[in-house]
Amino acid sequence: MATINPCSGDLPGTFGDAMPFICDGAVVTAQVTLGGAALAIVLAAVAGLASTSHAWLVRAVARVYMEFFRGASVLVQLFWIFYAMPAITGYRLSPIFAGVLTLGLNLGAYGSEVVRGAIQAVPVPQREAGIALNFSTYQRMRRIILPQAFVAMVPPGTSLLIELLKATSLVSAISVADMTYQANVTVSSIGNQFTIFGIVMVIYFLMAQVITMVMRVVERRAATMVGRETPKRRPPQMAWTDPAPTSAGGGGKS
Amino acid sequence: MNPAESAGPDTQWMIRFDKVVKRYGDLTVLDELDFHVRPRERVTLIGPSGSGKTTILRLLMTLERITSGTIEVGGEYLSHTRRGDKLVPADEKHLRRVRKRIGMVFQQFNLFPNMNVLRNITEAPVRALGRPRAEAEAKARELLDMVGLGEKALEHPTRLSGGQQQRVAIARALAMEPEILLLDEVTSALDPELVAGVQDLLRDIASRGELTILCVTHEMQFAQDISDRVLMFDKGQIVEDGPPEKIFTEPEEQRTRDFLQAILKA
Repeated sequence: MATINPCSGDLPGTFGDAMPFICDGAVVTAQVTLGGAALAIVLAAVAGLASTSHAWLVRAVARVYMEFFRGASVLVQLFWIFYAMPAITGYRLSPIFAGVLTLGLNLGAYGSEVVRGAIQAVPVPQREAGIALNFSTYQRMRRIILPQAFVAMVPPGTSLLIELLKATSLVSAISVADMTYQANVTVSSIGNQFTIFGIVMVIYFLMAQVITMVMRVVERRAATMVGRETPKRRPPQMAWTDPAPTSAGGGGKS
Repeated sequence: MNPAESAGPDTQWMIRFDKVVKRYGDLTVLDELDFHVRPRERVTLIGPSGSGKTTILRLLMTLERITSGTIEVGGEYLSHTRRGDKLVPADEKHLRRVRKRIGMVFQQFNLFPNMNVLRNITEAPVRALGRPRAEAEAKARELLDMVGLGEKALEHPTRLSGGQQQRVAIARALAMEPEILLLDEVTSALDPELVAGVQDLLRDIASRGELTILCVTHEMQFAQDISDRVLMFDKGQIVEDGPPEKIFTEPEEQRTRDFLQAILKA
């Protein structure tokens, strides 16, 4: 028997009616998440580095950005960028781009604090050893501080990426056809909220698990780079994502 | 000597402190300190903790800013430049030029955990001095052989013992070919059985007589072995200055006697 594509509509009942729409929405959700993440990571790196600058003006600009985008509701920011910006600039953004922009700016603001904290957590003697070896300020940051700080950025960065994934559901409010939007549309035509939102919830959850797994690989690589053992602690996992004890999936040396 | 420069730095000294003051808030760590070190002289700084010994090394390494006074290194101002008649704080470019002459080994080794042993030693010559990597690596391997860690080149520093880490740190400082080597309590953080190895290595390096060495240590035997001059510090000033045999056997000052007695009891 051939395997059934769950997105094809061949499944029985509500599943068959809803899944094609939900799958279309899931693709959009993934796109907005990836776009938002790319923007957020760049902004977090730039603003995070800027907030450790010696120049007060650079620090101030980074701080204003961080406080502004961290301090206001994402949904309001989204409406503002989508509806108010065209009135000011005369240029209308596509809904999906407005969504990516808002989420990137917002999560980038949170991320800049992660970057700043991780840089400042690198022990001062590392910086001093860099001075004693006559590295330039840039070389110290690039070759000594950042590689060590990066390890500390990964776990809180993972949480922020999951926050970002969940926040993408807000773009349905400016009629981006993401998974939440599609679920709403389907519910309004065939009802059965219980099943449909249940399915969507599980898919969000699985997407978050993918982020977690990818980031765990990143964390392990980063930890090895600074000569640290792979973290022994394993975050709680659901039974079906837990690799069998004999498989190479864990990979952690203990 | 060029008469036009007679008011400026003096080249017969490798290191010259002129009325150096270092304050942290209300706390005066160095109080109008004057002292001179000749090229290739090996000087040990002793004295009770808080007497300003480590601060002297940190000022020389430009890890701290001087409050007032001047320091000269090899006939150049360390952290000042002359503008007209005035001395003004030097820029980063100047600091990097003068710093080239100075290397430092720290109490806690401070190896870079994001690089293996070889990379720890080659990174600065390659990045800061612009040496070709192959040349830097050949030199680093020579130094690793010298410190007895030839086989550890590709290890992570975290996998080495404290004594081994400190020997790598010494190799790393020497790879920059400094004229002045600063040793800041380099064996204080080591387990007792590892101290001898590091000290032997430094005795060997000191005995070649190529480097000007400033050493802060509480190990009096080691101080006697590697230095030809000992400065006793207390409260930011020099209490006694003389050859090690004299200071350790017949010190003139009561404060030196008290300090040495306290150290021997410990």
